Amino acid sequence: MSRLSDERLKIADEVIGRFPRKKSALIPLLHLAQEQDGYVTQDAMVHIAEILDLAPAEVYGTASFYEMFKFHPIGKYCINICTNISCQLVGAWSLLHHAEERLGIKAGSTTGDGLFTIEDVECIAACTEAPAVQVNYRYRYRVTPESFDALIAELEDGKLTGEFPPHGTLATIRQETTEAWSNRGTLEQEQVDAR
Amino acid sequence: MSVPNGPRIITSRFDLADGHTYAGYVRTNGYQSLRKALGTMTPQQVHDEVKAAEIQGRGGAGFPAGVKWGFLAADVHPRYLVINGDESEPGTYKDRMLMELDPHQLIEGILLACYALNAAQAFLYVRGEMAVAQERLAQALNEAYANNIVGKNICGSNFSVDITLTAGAGAYIVGEETALIESIEGERGMPRLKPPFFPAVKGLYMQPTIVNNVETLANLPYIIGKGGGDFKALGAPTSTGMRMFAVSGHVNKPGVFEVPNGVTTFRMLFEAPEYCGGVRNGGDVKAFIPGGASAMWFFPEHLDLALDKPTVDKAGSMLGSGAIIVMDQSTDMVAACWRIVRFFARESCGKCTPCREGTTWLERVLKRMLDGHGRPEDIDLLFEVSESISPGLAWPPRQTTICPLGPSAVSPITSAVRRFRHEFEHYIEHGRPIDGVESPFVVPTASHR
Amino acid sequence: MTDIAAPKTTVSVTVDGRTVEAKPGELLINACEHAGSFVPHFCYHPRMSSVGMCRQCIVEVDGPRGKALVVSCMTPVAEGQVVSTTSEPAKRAQEGVLELLLANHPLDCPVCDKGGECPLQDQAFSHGPGESRYVEEKRHYEKPIPISDLVFLDRERCILCDRCTRFASEVAGDPLITFTSRGNDTQIMTFPDEPFSSYFSGNTVQICPVGALTASPYRFKARPWDLEQVESTCTTCSVGCRTVVQSSRDELVRYQGVDIESVNWGWLCDRGRFNFESVNSKNRVNAPLVRKDGALVDATWSSALDAAGRILRTIINDKGPSAVAIIGGARGSNEDAFAWATLADLLGINARDAQLADGLPAEVFALPQATIAETCVSSTVILLAPDLKEELPVLYLRLRDAAEKRKTRIIEVSPRATGLTDYAWKSIRHDPGDQPRVVRELIAMPEVAAQLALGNVTVVVGRGNLAESPEFALLATGAVLHAVPEARVLPVVRRGNVRGAIAAGLTPRQADGDTNSILAAAAAGKVECLILLGADPVVDVPDADLVRRAFASVKHIIAVDTFVTESARHAEVLLPAAAYGEKVGTTTNCEGRVSDVAQKITTAGTARPDWMIAAELALELGVDLGYSSYTELHDAMTTTVAAFAPAAVAKAVRHEGVVVAHPAPVRITAAASSAAPRLTHHFRLLVSRVLYDRAVSTSESPSLAPLARDSGVHLHSSDAQRLAVREGSDVRVAANGSAIVLPVVIDDAVSRGVAFVPFNQHGSDIRQLIRHDVAVTDAVIEVV
Repeated sequence: MSRLSDERLKIADEVIGRFPRKKSALIPLLHLAQEQDGYVTQDAMVHIAEILDLAPAEVYGTASFYEMFKFHPIGKYCINICTNISCQLVGAWSLLHHAEERLGIKAGSTTGDGLFTIEDVECIAACTEAPAVQVNYRYRYRVTPESFDALIAELEDGKLTGEFPPHGTLATIRQETTEAWSNRGTLEQEQVDAR
Repeated sequence: MSVPNGPRIITSRFDLADGHTYAGYVRTNGYQSLRKALGTMTPQQVHDEVKAAEIQGRGGAGFPAGVKWGFLAADVHPRYLVINGDESEPGTYKDRMLMELDPHQLIEGILLACYALNAAQAFLYVRGEMAVAQERLAQALNEAYANNIVGKNICGSNFSVDITLTAGAGAYIVGEETALIESIEGERGMPRLKPPFFPAVKGLYMQPTIVNNVETLANLPYIIGKGGGDFKALGAPTSTGMRMFAVSGHVNKPGVFEVPNGVTTFRMLFEAPEYCGGVRNGGDVKAFIPGGASAMWFFPEHLDLALDKPTVDKAGSMLGSGAIIVMDQSTDMVAACWRIVRFFARESCGKCTPCREGTTWLERVLKRMLDGHGRPEDIDLLFEVSESISPGLAWPPRQTTICPLGPSAVSPITSAVRRFRHEFEHYIEHGRPIDGVESPFVVPTASHR
Repeated sequence: MTDIAAPKTTVSVTVDGRTVEAKPGELLINACEHAGSFVPHFCYHPRMSSVGMCRQCIVEVDGPRGKALVVSCMTPVAEGQVVSTTSEPAKRAQEGVLELLLANHPLDCPVCDKGGECPLQDQAFSHGPGESRYVEEKRHYEKPIPISDLVFLDRERCILCDRCTRFASEVAGDPLITFTSRGNDTQIMTFPDEPFSSYFSGNTVQICPVGALTASPYRFKARPWDLEQVESTCTTCSVGCRTVVQSSRDELVRYQGVDIESVNWGWLCDRGRFNFESVNSKNRVNAPLVRKDGALVDATWSSALDAAGRILRTIINDKGPSAVAIIGGARGSNEDAFAWATLADLLGINARDAQLADGLPAEVFALPQATIAETCVSSTVILLAPDLKEELPVLYLRLRDAAEKRKTRIIEVSPRATGLTDYAWKSIRHDPGDQPRVVRELIAMPEVAAQLALGNVTVVVGRGNLAESPEFALLATGAVLHAVPEARVLPVVRRGNVRGAIAAGLTPRQADGDTNSILAAAAAGKVECLILLGADPVVDVPDADLVRRAFASVKHIIAVDTFVTESARHAEVLLPAAAYGEKVGTTTNCEGRVSDVAQKITTAGTARPDWMIAAELALELGVDLGYSSYTELHDAMTTTVAAFAPAAVAKAVRHEGVVVAHPAPVRITAAASSAAPRLTHHFRLLVSRVLYDRAVSTSESPSLAPLARDSGVHLHSSDAQRLAVREGSDVRVAANGSAIVLPVVIDDAVSRGVAFVPFNQHGSDIRQLIRHDVAVTDAVIEVV
């Protein structure tokens, strides 16, 4: 049901303008779609294909390569528990198992109330702070079963909406294209393309 | 234990509350190297200082950055700088810190590189899963544009550069430079074959492109500010400067440390009180990985080696991306080996047959062992399949694949099976780890796909 | 003086001990092949860019830095390279890759269409380990899923070689299939709800190195070891793609493209590939039919020939040969056409035309000609043609390649956007009838003039609009030739053997002998007998009113055809003709290339080749064509018709064929002007063909028939808005005193003020509005 809103379309135009070639904006636009709907809808992919002069299959081909893009609704909070080597060495599997018990779901699935999804993920670059967990790609370090339960309780109570925007939202600050944009590289590329 | 000392170069603002802001950066001498370069140096002089510093790329391969820049096809424009902020090699944790805690330092490094390379556009690719780093960099770039640091006529000079911030979306392989380029082009992140697609000749949009790691570029403000010779003197002649190492695993105080390169030893990092303060529970090292999951494992006999590129290379592994993972005597080596292989199997892009099929096969055999269904012939099979991915099972690895991801999955197998064969055999015979070793699993692995 | 050796233009490479010379830049895999060392491979395809994915073609190269394993499909040759395809490390690597490819591949060869002709199976037999060491569970996917109306995908069999996906995006320009997911989960897929409906989808089945892609018309039809095959030429359109025709138990089961450099590079369009089904149709005419008490009933050949002979003899005796006319002949071979032309000569029949008023005046074939290959290396190609993707699909592939990879600049002058628009340097829209003016203005533009001044200009000219006189395209062509005298012309007509039939003599021998004139004469009672040679004017001639009047007046129709077509329904005698694949001969494509068509199966029932029917009828009429076998006929044709002389040697027409000599150039003068502008509230009609229509070879092919669309009038969105109509609204389209009702299709490819209606689709027939003597048709469109 969800093509990009007019507001996000404006952002999309700015993003496209920062690359010499339109297709480079594909991943950023998919993020915009996921930010809007919490996942990447089929309509959004068709819309993005129109914007970037691609076939929808090309959009889907790229999108499905990257595991952050979801093609079905998932929880409001996507909880990524790292089980890679540094975290495994200090109890990540126990933590994951605990999380599964606590939320009553297996990794890769979503709670019935649509609030939580758990994923068993690869290294998230917090190895010295293991076991590391992300909620919507924002970190919690050295997580224990107890601190995990506390985190879940706070999320359930809506106390952490400031720290953890809903799934799909990554950076809350965007790069802006201002008057100061030089555009020299893009102009050069246009000359190359014209040749 | 006394350890070599050195200044904090790139981590100097990590403890400041406002180190990530424009105000905080400028207050602490930020953008002075840029002004110096624009005001008093030619691009060639900037390049020469980087060459003189002999800084080795911090992304993993350790190739000297100044030499790499020299490969850029002459007089072909446009040319691009791509910044690899896709940190995701297991054990690696330093680029994210640099992006979150001192984004302006990175921006200054990018601008110095663009100046030296005569490039007009840079693409800063941040790993998708790093929301805060993306936020901090966006903020910093907006500030820098507003203050005439990036964009048109930087600091009033005739030097103009745009930096496009873009984010990935979850794919380890995109850390490989040609896959990163594909990703920036909006494609599936599948590596290109080199040759013919050497980025310095045919890179982003088939134009000459330099791909540098975040930490490498973060060092440039210091190198241009103090001089390449000064930087070089901080470390060993064969591994210059200061360098960030993340030590994780079974140590008392895991952490990220900026240490003099080439002279500090693994033992110092693990044992010195100012660093990790010893193995946990007063135990001993059973094995450690010196340079990320792709590296061959080291053992107690390697503890006194210096963190020096040629030394570590010669000993049969690599310093890679500065990711050191320590395993104590309680570690289940079959499980450790499996976990790393599983990583590469999950992250294979799927392009080359040996990697796509082989890494998954290896993972399944190991998992079957962990689940108690190993067969005696499985150990030979592991080597045979590994051989099909990395002929000769040698170091540095040969490969039947386009990129090194496939052979990386072979490193933990050759490392662990050669050294701890009895642990694998024990699993095969008894379906459980040897005595004194703890399985990391609270339930059988079968439940964890 | 010392001898100066000529600079070496080749590179010496030693492969398995044999030294060969290779072209600089050539890939090692080719050099190995030339040296007689076959390197196994799956992803490499010589007509597509190398991706180096399957890794099967690994060889060992001894270079300056020692021995290294490289993939031979991505490594260019280098002087002095020493290559081993069989060294221990090379063998080990190849065997390793093979084992890994087989790890997840199902063991369903016995039920797989590819079994018996499968490169993976062949490799596994000759170099495989025998027994798999892979004891883990294989990948599971839903077994074959349709990804289009014609193609099924079995993801379990897929080895992810990127051939089909590369073909779709790189060759066809239809990126509708793609790799999805990653790593071990990678699979080929379409976008949900958007099938792989490419006109070229069958090629992916042909190039799939395993049985992952199968075509519905062939699935489970035959096993490769039961197949018999013969090389031939496709005559579905005038491109003349080289094919192999395959049969099993005397039934056609498959066509495959054959790679010839000059024409199709191995590709076929789906229509040409799958319309073999029509040859097998149950509706074929298997025996002669003669009208008895108002109905067509089965007859013997002798009684049917007797009936036909009686009709002809009577009319010629009573009214003279001018009361007989022949329409058609372009569906048959050169020899068929020659035999009928000879018969016509002997009987004095001058009114004969192989074209059905939907082609080009024959003079265009006498202009300085370009071959397809020459066209595709031109600096500039000016398209004054229909949408080639719809009408001559493989020529579209060649031109797309020329524009994308070979720096050919395409200038398209067309009333609507076509398949090539995206690849054109310039694409100019115009009203039908205005092409000459637009072209004159275009070539005067400094930028275009500078481009044309580079030389090497080819005009591709065809019948872009069936509701418009072909004179305008000729005038536009003349304008180009006037400005660029050395420019050459590639005439493109839809029907297969128009050029050959014309060269063989099935072309008017009198001023008013063309199809429109014949029909007008029939309507006026001057032609009393029409002979239809595989022609269906009731469906194909654009002016439906003219056909209706002609058929109402003409006394006798003798049809030679494979089906009881709309036209043949009116026949007094219907003589069953042998179809494609049932007879030998030669055919001539749009560039004048003569190549052979082969017989693979026995004719249906008692059907006979057209030429034999001509010979039998000649005997019946007491004249002698002078030959009684195909060989004698072919010899007679190549000695009688100068143009066919180069095709005299049978060998010459095999494989690449031979481009025959052209008649002396004829200049077209660029004097006349464009059609008058249309009134602003009128729509000018554009009627042209799309790939799938109600043509008998499509409608009698069960797999293709459903692909023909319903008729509709395509309008630009702004015009639709002006008329206040929406997609699907019914409108009344009126012109030339007739009117029909059609649903609206909103289509911004169409120029404003133009109404595009695809020809010969299901639903209302646009031909009701077309008049052969009206140069352009302006219509009034109103909401019903």
